[in-house]
Amino acid sequence: MVKNIIDWIDARIPMTATYNRHVGQYATPKNFNFWYFFGSLALLVLVNQLLTGIWLTMNYVPTAEGAFASVEYIMRDVEYGWLLRYMHSTGASAFFFVIYMHMFRGLIYGSYQKPRELLWLFGMLIFLVLMAEAFMGYLLPWGQMSYWGAQVIISLFGAIPIIGDDLTLWIRGDYVISGATLNRFFALHVIALPLVLVVLVFLHLIALHEVGSNNPDGVEIKKNKDENGWPIDGIPFHPYYTVKDIMGVAGFLIVFCYVLFFMPEGGGYFLEKPNFEAANPMKTPEHIAPVWYFTPFYAILRAIPDKLVGVIGMGLSIAVLFILPWLDRCKVKSIRYRSTIHKINIAQFTVSFIILGYLGVVPATPELTIAARIFTFTYFAFFVALWVYSKNEKTKEVPTRVTH
Amino acid sequence: MKKLLIALVTLLPSLAMAASGHNVHLESANVDLHDKESLVRGLDLFQQYCSGCHSTQYQRYERVATDLGISTDDMRSKYILNNAKIGDLMENAIPTADAAKWFGAAPPDLTLVARVRGEDWVYSYLKGFYADETRPFGVNNTVFPLVGMPHVLQDLQGLAVKQEDDTFVTTGGKLTAEEYDQAVRDITGFLVYSAEPVQLERKALGMWVLGFLFIFFIIAYLLKKEYWKDVH
Amino acid sequence: MSNAPVDTGRRRFLTAATAVVGGAGAVAVAVPFIKSWNPSAKAKAAGAPVEVNISKVEPGQLIRVEWRGKPVWVVRRTEAVLENLKSLDGQLRDPASEEMQQPEYATNPARSIKPEFFIAVGICTHLGCSPTYLPDSFGEQVEGVTSGFFCPCHGSKFDMAGRVFQGVPAPLNLVIPPHKYVDDATVLIGEDTGAA
Repeated sequence: MVKNIIDWIDARIPMTATYNRHVGQYATPKNFNFWYFFGSLALLVLVNQLLTGIWLTMNYVPTAEGAFASVEYIMRDVEYGWLLRYMHSTGASAFFFVIYMHMFRGLIYGSYQKPRELLWLFGMLIFLVLMAEAFMGYLLPWGQMSYWGAQVIISLFGAIPIIGDDLTLWIRGDYVISGATLNRFFALHVIALPLVLVVLVFLHLIALHEVGSNNPDGVEIKKNKDENGWPIDGIPFHPYYTVKDIMGVAGFLIVFCYVLFFMPEGGGYFLEKPNFEAANPMKTPEHIAPVWYFTPFYAILRAIPDKLVGVIGMGLSIAVLFILPWLDRCKVKSIRYRSTIHKINIAQFTVSFIILGYLGVVPATPELTIAARIFTFTYFAFFVALWVYSKNEKTKEVPTRVTH
Repeated sequence: MKKLLIALVTLLPSLAMAASGHNVHLESANVDLHDKESLVRGLDLFQQYCSGCHSTQYQRYERVATDLGISTDDMRSKYILNNAKIGDLMENAIPTADAAKWFGAAPPDLTLVARVRGEDWVYSYLKGFYADETRPFGVNNTVFPLVGMPHVLQDLQGLAVKQEDDTFVTTGGKLTAEEYDQAVRDITGFLVYSAEPVQLERKALGMWVLGFLFIFFIIAYLLKKEYWKDVH
Repeated sequence: MSNAPVDTGRRRFLTAATAVVGGAGAVAVAVPFIKSWNPSAKAKAAGAPVEVNISKVEPGQLIRVEWRGKPVWVVRRTEAVLENLKSLDGQLRDPASEEMQQPEYATNPARSIKPEFFIAVGICTHLGCSPTYLPDSFGEQVEGVTSGFFCPCHGSKFDMAGRVFQGVPAPLNLVIPPHKYVDDATVLIGEDTGAA
C-alpha cells in the first residue's frame, strides 16, 4: 500500500531520489566534531522563529499606539502568549549564537575555500539578511530601546554624503521614527525578509550538497572512493548524522530552555531593561546599547572618530568577510595543518571580536575608546595578515584520509 | 580550541557586571513571590496610596485576584476603587493630559517598573524620600534625585531629615522602621508580580521541560552511540 | 563501515524510544500554539455577563443590549400579546420549542422566565441578520397578528416569543441566551448559575 503510493509519487516527482541524494545516500565525512552541530541547529532555530513569529503576529498590533500594549497583551491575556513571545525573543539570541559558532567553524576549518566559495557567500548573505531581520524585529515591541536603537541605526545612513538626509527620511517615512516606520518594518520583518531568508537557506543547502561537506581535517572525501563510487571516509547522513543531530538538538534545547524558562531577559542582554518602558520620543535612555549580537560591529562604529568613516568601517568589517575565500590564498584548509602564525592570527581575531562585543555593550569612556580602536585595528589586521602570509604559508602535511 | 571556549566562558560574568552599572547603593528588597499575603498587602497599599496617580494599565483586576487568591467579591469591594469592572484593565483615575498639567509630567504607568528599574531600585526608592525645602513638594529622593512627586507614604514612614553627617533621622510616622520596611517590601513585591505575572508558572513549567529534555538527551545519546558502533 | 554484528533488537528499541519521547515532546510543543487561539482574557472580559435594568421598559417597548458582540433584545409584552401567542401554534414550525434554542427554564409557551419579559438574541437563525421589531404593523406580514419580528434580509418572520413561522427561510426559533433575574428590576444576561 505505502509502496504503491510512493511509486505513484516517484513517477511524478523525484521524491525518493531527492531524499536519497540529500539525506539517505548523502555521503558525509565521518569525522565531524562538536562544531558541526551548529548547521542543523541553525535550521531548528529558523523553524522556531518562523512558527513563533507567525503566531505572534496573530495578536501583535503594528501601530505606534498599540504595539507596546499588544506585547503586554500577549504576555498576559493570551493563553501561553508569554511562552510564544519568550521562544521568539530567546530564539533571536540563540540564532545569532548558533550562526556565530557556525561561521567560526567555517573559519577554522577553511570551509570557505575552493570549491566552497559560493556556499560561503550564500552563508554571508544569510548572515546579512538575518541582521536586517533582527534589527527590524527589535523595533516592533516599541519600547525605549526599540525606538532609540532604531533611531541610532537609521541615522547611520545620514552619514552618506549628499543623499544621506533624504535617505534617512525615506527609510523612516517621517521626520522621526513613527508609526509609518513601524508599519514598514513589520511588513519587512514578517514577510519579505523571512522569504528571502528561506530562499537563501535553500540555496545554501543546495550549494553544500553539490560540493559536499568539508570536515575538521579539510580533506576532500570525494577523492578517495571505493569500487562502487562511495567515498571511503563517508557515511550516509541518515541514520548516522540524523541520530547525532537529534542528540545535538536535545543538548541545545537543554541550554535554550534553561534560558527561556529561568532567565528570559538573559541578564538584560536578550531583553534589555529599558525596553520594558514604552517608546518615548521625548526622552532618551541613559545608555543605549544594541543587542549583544550587534555589539562587535557597533564598537567598530564608535571607535572611529568620524561619522562617515565610522559607518564605512562598520560596513567594511562585515563586507570583508564576504571576500574571505579570496583573501586566504593557502591551499590547506584546516587549522590543524596550517602554520603557527595562522593559528595565532585566528586566535587574536577571535579575542578581538569578543572584546569588541564587550566594548559595544558598555558606555564609552576615553580609555575604552582607545581599547576599541586597538581591537578594531586587530580585527582588520586579521584579514590583511591572512592575505600576506597565506601566499607562501609553511603548512604541515595534510593526510590523504580523514582522522577519526 | 578548548582554551578559546574557556576564555569565552570566563568573559561572561564580567559582561553581566557591566550590565548592572548603577552607582547608587541599592538595598536588597528580598521579595518572595510565594508569599501571597505580602502581595495582597502590597496591592492594598498600592491601591490606597499609588493608584490615584499611577496606573498598572496592562494588568486586569481579575487576573490579579486569581493569581493572588483574592475572591471576586473581595476584589470588587476592597481593591477596585473606581467603578471599573473586574475584567477591566487597572487603568488610571486621572486622565494623562490633566496629570501632565498638574505635575509637570504625567505620572508613569507602573505595571512594568520592576522590570525597567529592578526590584531593589523600587524598594530603595520607596525608602529614599527625605526633606528638601528646595523641591516643589518639599522632598527629594536618594535614588531618584530631583524627584517630581510628593512623599505619599509620609504618614506611614514619617519624614527623613538629613543630618550634618549625612545620616537621616526619621520622625512622625505611624509605622516603626521595621513595619515600614515590610510595607515597602509588600508594595515592591506586588510590583514585581505585576511586572511579570507569569514568572512563578514559568519557572515551574521550566522544571518539567528540563526534566523531559534530560531524559530525551539520554535516550538520544544511547541511540547515537548504538548506531555509531558501525563507524570506525 | 564495520562488519561487527549489529544488535538489531537494541537498535530498534532505542529508535522507538527516541521516536516516542520525541513525538511526545512535539505534541507538548503544539499545546501553547493551539491554546493561544482560545479567547484571551480580554475577549473573556468583553464577553462577561451584562446587567440590564428593566424597570423603565414600557409595555410594548424593546431595548437592545450588547452581549458578546451580539444584540440581545428585552421586550416587555402586554397581556394582549401573550394572549395572542396561544392562537398561533398552527402557523409555526416549532410551536412547543422542542429544538433546544433556549435554556431549560425558558422552554415554556412564552419562552421566558417571566412571561412579561421576552429576552432573546436578536439574530435571525437563517443567515445572521438582525430582524426588525414591528410592534404595530406586523399584520402586513401575518394576517391578524399585530406585532412580531421581521427579518429584512430574506423575509423570515417570528412571533413575539421568537418562534419562527412556517414558509420562511429561517429554520429555527430565535435563541434565548442564558440569563437570570438578580432582583425584580435587574436581569443578568449571559449567566444563569443559581437560577431555577
